[in-house]
Amino acid sequence: MQLYLPIAEVSVNAFLLLGLGGLVGLLSGMFGVGGGFLITPLLFFIGIPPAVAVATSANQIVASSVSGVLAHLKRRTVDIPMGLVLLAGGLIGSTLGIWVFNLFRSMGQVDLIVKLSYVLFLGTVGGLMFVESLRAILRSRRAGPRPQRVRHNRLHALPLKVKFRASGLYISVFPPLAVGMLVGVMGAVMGVGGGFLMVPAMIYLLQMPTKVVIGTSLFQILFLSAYTTMMHAITNQTVDLVLALILILGGVIGAQVGTTIGARMKAENLRVMLALIVLAVCFQLALSLVWTPSELYSIDPVEAT
Amino acid sequence: MRRLVLALLLALPLPLAAQDTEGRLGEEIVLGLSADEVAITVTFDGSDLLVFGAIRRSAPPPATPAEIVLVVSGPLVPVTVRRAERVAGIWMNTDAAHVDLAPSFYAVSTSGPLPEVLSAVENQRHSVTVPRAIRSVGNRIEGADTFVEALIRIREAEGLYRIEEGAVDFEEETLFSASVGLPANLTEGNYDIRIYLTRDRRVVDWYEATIGVQRVGIERWLYNLSIQAPPLYGLLALAIAALAGWTASAAARYLRR
Repeated sequence: MQLYLPIAEVSVNAFLLLGLGGLVGLLSGMFGVGGGFLITPLLFFIGIPPAVAVATSANQIVASSVSGVLAHLKRRTVDIPMGLVLLAGGLIGSTLGIWVFNLFRSMGQVDLIVKLSYVLFLGTVGGLMFVESLRAILRSRRAGPRPQRVRHNRLHALPLKVKFRASGLYISVFPPLAVGMLVGVMGAVMGVGGGFLMVPAMIYLLQMPTKVVIGTSLFQILFLSAYTTMMHAITNQTVDLVLALILILGGVIGAQVGTTIGARMKAENLRVMLALIVLAVCFQLALSLVWTPSELYSIDPVEAT
Repeated sequence: MRRLVLALLLALPLPLAAQDTEGRLGEEIVLGLSADEVAITVTFDGSDLLVFGAIRRSAPPPATPAEIVLVVSGPLVPVTVRRAERVAGIWMNTDAAHVDLAPSFYAVSTSGPLPEVLSAVENQRHSVTVPRAIRSVGNRIEGADTFVEALIRIREAEGLYRIEEGAVDFEEETLFSASVGLPANLTEGNYDIRIYLTRDRRVVDWYEATIGVQRVGIERWLYNLSIQAPPLYGLLALAIAALAGWTASAAARYLRR
């Protein structure tokens, strides 16, 4: 069944979109990532204009994270104070990021910057996660007592210390504020929720327990992508409600299945899988940067002002 | 695909003497529009535009055969064409050219092979084919010609620009009809329809008409809301998203019990 999208001005297959939303929802529920890093490139691929894809996936992320956040709240695996600190950083970062994005767009280098940032961050994050989680799996196979991780690093000793009860942490607000801000910038520039960046940062940098990491990151992603959606709707009018609705429909179903699977799997195994997906997307994008394109020219619509 | 019939109807012969125009060899394209709008609904996936009409004559036709050229042109929008180059092993955009007026859609249908129907001079004068239309007077193009060629090449590959030679049915040099396939990714706006009657590769008469392409129903409502009340539209988008998410998790909880 073909559907005409009112804002994107293209006609696409409804079931293709439904499947896309479902896949992303599954990942969202399982790993606590918004799935934007997958859905945005996939939407480009099926012919949705980039500006619409970025804005609409933000709206889709709101829906898929609502169901995720609710599921995690129920299981008490959300550190709300920590989420609020991350969110405060995120809002600052997002505003900054939109400014940077528009700067590159006027230079015609958005594609390159977006792809390069993807390759750089997905590569680093995916690689680190893969190595670390493989080690963790090997340790648990040997059945020995798990060695305690180094508890506190120097970052945590900064001023303005706050107790984050659910995470069992007593640290300065600056590291989570900085993490949130970085995620906000990346979200605006790359059109993603930023979970793939935040989850590892929370685990390795803030040293939060894995169990609360997913719920808390979803919490931050929910409100940050709601903010981004509003920004796009007001400044660019690029949020496509019909497109979002179909993606959401697929996404919410996928997210429920994903949360159930995620709860039953071992944290280390989850991390290896997420790392592999992240690395695969990274590899594909890196290839597209180096490979000689079949058409050297591209057409950019100029927005009417 | 639904068949949308735009009938450019044959008008009945009127008193002949009054219609004769000098320099037009006593031949004229006569049409009437029976539909003046293409409606884009939620399930729109392109449609066929059927154009038909007739030639009215005040005298018997000359010996040289007459031909028809039909042009359907979408709204003109500015575009930037960029060229990529390998820099330090990575492909990136290095040069760009700006084209002020590029049709979002452009289809030329003829009753015979184009070189036999229209001379290069007449093509240029009337801006008939895509390369001519884009380079016509009044269009400001910055940058080298290769960018315009690339623009045409890319849009031809996407099926947005095309030439269909022999697609116009021209019977007895009087009745003509043609079907133009409109793509699914149609841009909203006014579409110009131009019909040229040629003889000896020269334009004898031409006729211009406009049809509007616009969204209807929920498509129109959403589009208007997004432009006229963006904050409201944004809140609506968020509300729908939140509601969908909440409903799903509630439904899942209910199912698990």
